[in-house]
Amino acid sequence: MEPAVHLRAAVSLLGRFPALAGVDLDVARGEIVLLQGPNGAGKTTLLRTLAGLVPVVSGTAVVLGHDLCVDRRTVRRHVGLLGHATMLYDELTVEDNVRFWGRAAGAGADDAEAAMAALGLAGRLRHVPVVRLSTGQRRRAAIAVLAARRPELWLLDEPHAGLDAEARDTVDGLVRGAAAAGATVVVASHELERSHGLAERVVTIAGGVVQAAEVQATEVQASDVEATDVQAARPVEGATRVP
Amino acid sequence: MFRDALLVAGKDLRIERRSRVALNQVAPFAVLVLILFAFALDPDSGVLDKATPGLFWVAVLLCGLLAIQRSFALEAADGNRDALRLSGLAPGGIFLGKAAAVALQLLVLEVVLGLGVILLYGSHVSGWPLVIATCLVATAGIAGAGTLYGVLAAGLRVRETLLPLLLLPVLAPVLIGSTRAFEAARDGNPGQGWPWVGLLALFAVVYTLFGALGFGSLLEDS
Repeated sequence: MEPAVHLRAAVSLLGRFPALAGVDLDVARGEIVLLQGPNGAGKTTLLRTLAGLVPVVSGTAVVLGHDLCVDRRTVRRHVGLLGHATMLYDELTVEDNVRFWGRAAGAGADDAEAAMAALGLAGRLRHVPVVRLSTGQRRRAAIAVLAARRPELWLLDEPHAGLDAEARDTVDGLVRGAAAAGATVVVASHELERSHGLAERVVTIAGGVVQAAEVQATEVQASDVEATDVQAARPVEGATRVP
Repeated sequence: MFRDALLVAGKDLRIERRSRVALNQVAPFAVLVLILFAFALDPDSGVLDKATPGLFWVAVLLCGLLAIQRSFALEAADGNRDALRLSGLAPGGIFLGKAAAVALQLLVLEVVLGLGVILLYGSHVSGWPLVIATCLVATAGIAGAGTLYGVLAAGLRVRETLLPLLLLPVLAPVLIGSTRAFEAARDGNPGQGWPWVGLLALFAVVYTLFGALGFGSLLEDS
């Protein structure tokens, strides 16, 4: 089966800076992959590139069968991105936001209800304007929006940030449920202990290139993360290494 | 595309209903502008009466600027522009929806301004069909061009100051046409006003078409 994500020597620029400097990455459909790496490694840019928000200037980039070098708009309808921003309208209630973004993606009212219920927002909180929510509640509302859209590819940037333990478990359950239903998930996180338990595979990115490290998460869980047998880096032909 | 337009217009109007920015800030601003004009131009000299159509439309343009800036400030907050790009909504639908929401708010403001002109300036309105048609097509033009230039300026750090510089010269034909049409209605010569309505309609159609077709590219680049 065609992979959900297929990148070869993919280069993306932020201004003139090659934030992705020749990335090789394959993600199978239904797989959960953890992206790890230091700050500025290119994790967020990689997620935004996969979402079709950042153009690929060279190399190959095919997401859900859409060639991003040719057309990066069509894929967006099938992608859900949870970024650092919540992407919510402050003046609208939680319910308004979830319903609006869900309907925009062609989802029904049932999807919105299910998403709010899953994130614990179906009660009193559904009628509260987003501007009056706490940081964690806003994050839950943003995740509810993403879930209501029922995307084929979930792109999660620090999904556990700002959440309490219960909400983190809820998010992990949602992600596993989505993957079990056939969706593909790419998670970027610094919270390695929790994310390793979630992901089936770990990809390390640094300096805008995939350094290596595609290890089974189960192996990682069983041993110290730093002691795992990380595969040697695969240098990308023609890639520019970010200093 | 029209489903998307309805969705976006409904969202923008719901935000306005909850925030009441147009009602509590833009409408009082509009009335304040009328009062300042009255202070500046002595009502007894007759200048105010002569200038009333132009003053009305200058006030409408200033309110339009505020409504358009507000419309795109919503999308600039908290990554909402990225969310719009990812939403799957047709760009033309987003344009039409945002323009429709701005137009509806402007029409309400024009009613407020019209009442203000009648009450504050003692103006008499005649030629109602011409007045209503002028309001409708001029508002469509302001909303269409404003939404197009609004998204153009939206991605820039200096958007608050740049938008008036970009938009007001473009809207000069609307100001001229609508003022002339109102003058014709006031003077009891509606026949002289309808050609201006035609010009305004052409302006509205051109900018609505350009907007519906070009909004996607501008949203990408902003």
